[in-house]
Amino acid sequence: MRASGSSPRRVRAMLTRYLYLLRSSWPRALELVYWPTIQMVLWGFTSQFLMTNSSWVARAGGVLLAAVLLWDVMFRSQLGVSLSFLEELWSRNLGHLFVSPLRPYEWVLALLAMSLVRVVIGVVPAALLAIPLYHYSIFTLGLPLLPFFVLLLIMGWALGLMIAALLLRHGLGAESMAWLAVFLLAPASAIYYPVAVLPGWLQYIAWSLPSAHVFEGMRAVMFDHLFRLDHFLAALGLDFLYVGLGALLFLLAFRQARERGALLQTGE
Amino acid sequence: MSHPVILIRGLKKCFDRVTAVDGIDFVQEPGTIAGLLGGNGAGKTTTLAMLLGLLVPSEGQIRIFGEDMLTHRYRVLPRMNFSSPYVDLPHRLTVRQNLTVYGMLYGIERLPSRIEALAEDLQISGFLDRLTGTLSAGQKTRVALAKALLNEPELLLLDEPTASLDPDTGDWIRQYLHTWQQRSHAAILLASHNMGEVERLCSEVLMMRAGRIVDRGTPHALIDRYGRRTLEEVFLDIARADRARIA
Repeated sequence: MRASGSSPRRVRAMLTRYLYLLRSSWPRALELVYWPTIQMVLWGFTSQFLMTNSSWVARAGGVLLAAVLLWDVMFRSQLGVSLSFLEELWSRNLGHLFVSPLRPYEWVLALLAMSLVRVVIGVVPAALLAIPLYHYSIFTLGLPLLPFFVLLLIMGWALGLMIAALLLRHGLGAESMAWLAVFLLAPASAIYYPVAVLPGWLQYIAWSLPSAHVFEGMRAVMFDHLFRLDHFLAALGLDFLYVGLGALLFLLAFRQARERGALLQTGE
Repeated sequence: MSHPVILIRGLKKCFDRVTAVDGIDFVQEPGTIAGLLGGNGAGKTTTLAMLLGLLVPSEGQIRIFGEDMLTHRYRVLPRMNFSSPYVDLPHRLTVRQNLTVYGMLYGIERLPSRIEALAEDLQISGFLDRLTGTLSAGQKTRVALAKALLNEPELLLLDEPTASLDPDTGDWIRQYLHTWQQRSHAAILLASHNMGEVERLCSEVLMMRAGRIVDRGTPHALIDRYGRRTLEEVFLDIARADRARIA
């Protein structure tokens, strides 16, 4: 019976915990699919209208739908990390978790894995539903879809880890950041319009975000049938930078929480 | 060479200008039950949190099983466990799911049979598949104890294990802990302000006040030293001396 724990097993334990939670509540599972689907339906009708009223949209039908679906990858990815993290605060479970042999980095890996699960459950049904509803398949982006997906997933993880660090530092008082922070980046991410339409100072910010490079790259594929390697490499480099920064902030916040005694106290 | 289970030297914890634990020393030998006794704010829970690695001391040394808890806590954590009525298990998971997750975290072999055996032992089989949040206080305490015993700890830390339980359930828990300790020869350190509990279970008592260990000894030795009849009277003597000192 003696313990023979391994790192992958502890990551799997935490993933199992989050899957139990998801499985136990159908409203939670429904919520994952609900918002991406509603967004897709709204932008689908908007696209249909603009197809006959905007030459820009008419040049590449589905550009808005592709954008909204990819944006949801980043949003769901960040929310996936934040919500699993919040579960531990809501249930005041940190005290039990960190007297077990669980390492903080193993917990982070479980949070990231669960975020991927949430993204797939949330975005794939909406993407599939767009095919019969609007005769648009995001899969027509072809191979570039994969790097776009991964780059936005990682950007969401980075943001999720930074928000988790904030929650560790300030407790549930900062909970609303989990829902709102990503929207701060939306204007500069140039989801539905080229970066060029932004004012000069905002363009500097945009080019420092992986998401702006991804959406610019997506439009290049759709309008010019060109995979822009420069945008891909810039987004990849920035992703590494931000996810590294997110992990560092999280681990620092965790260390500070151990100094302040917040692991026992943080909760409702 | 066998090490003490717990060795604490000059342990101190300050939060801003408040000193919660003020330079305590303590050694606990294997197979013993020790009690940290003190009023609210005496520093018991802070001491336990530092022993568990949840809280980083401001000064001092903690060795558990001979290992430095500050630098090698992951060598030690698989061999110890903890239970407190103030740190709940997740409410929205069933009891079995909670025990499964924690069993996996501790790397327990043959986990389903371990859970069944513990459930029978702690009389929780009847509600293994109920949500943890729907259980009564007594049931939650037994479930928390099941989680704490999953890895057959050599050191069990308990924070007020019978707080908010009715006398019958409290007595059942104390009896269970006593029997389990006799069977496993594990060491137990419990923080409590239930004098009867400490008197019944502990071979050594550490009286804490304002972050310091102000006295220590067996329950009987302390009672004799203060010329009192019960440990509760000793506790009141110490607490009132503190109040008089502050006044």
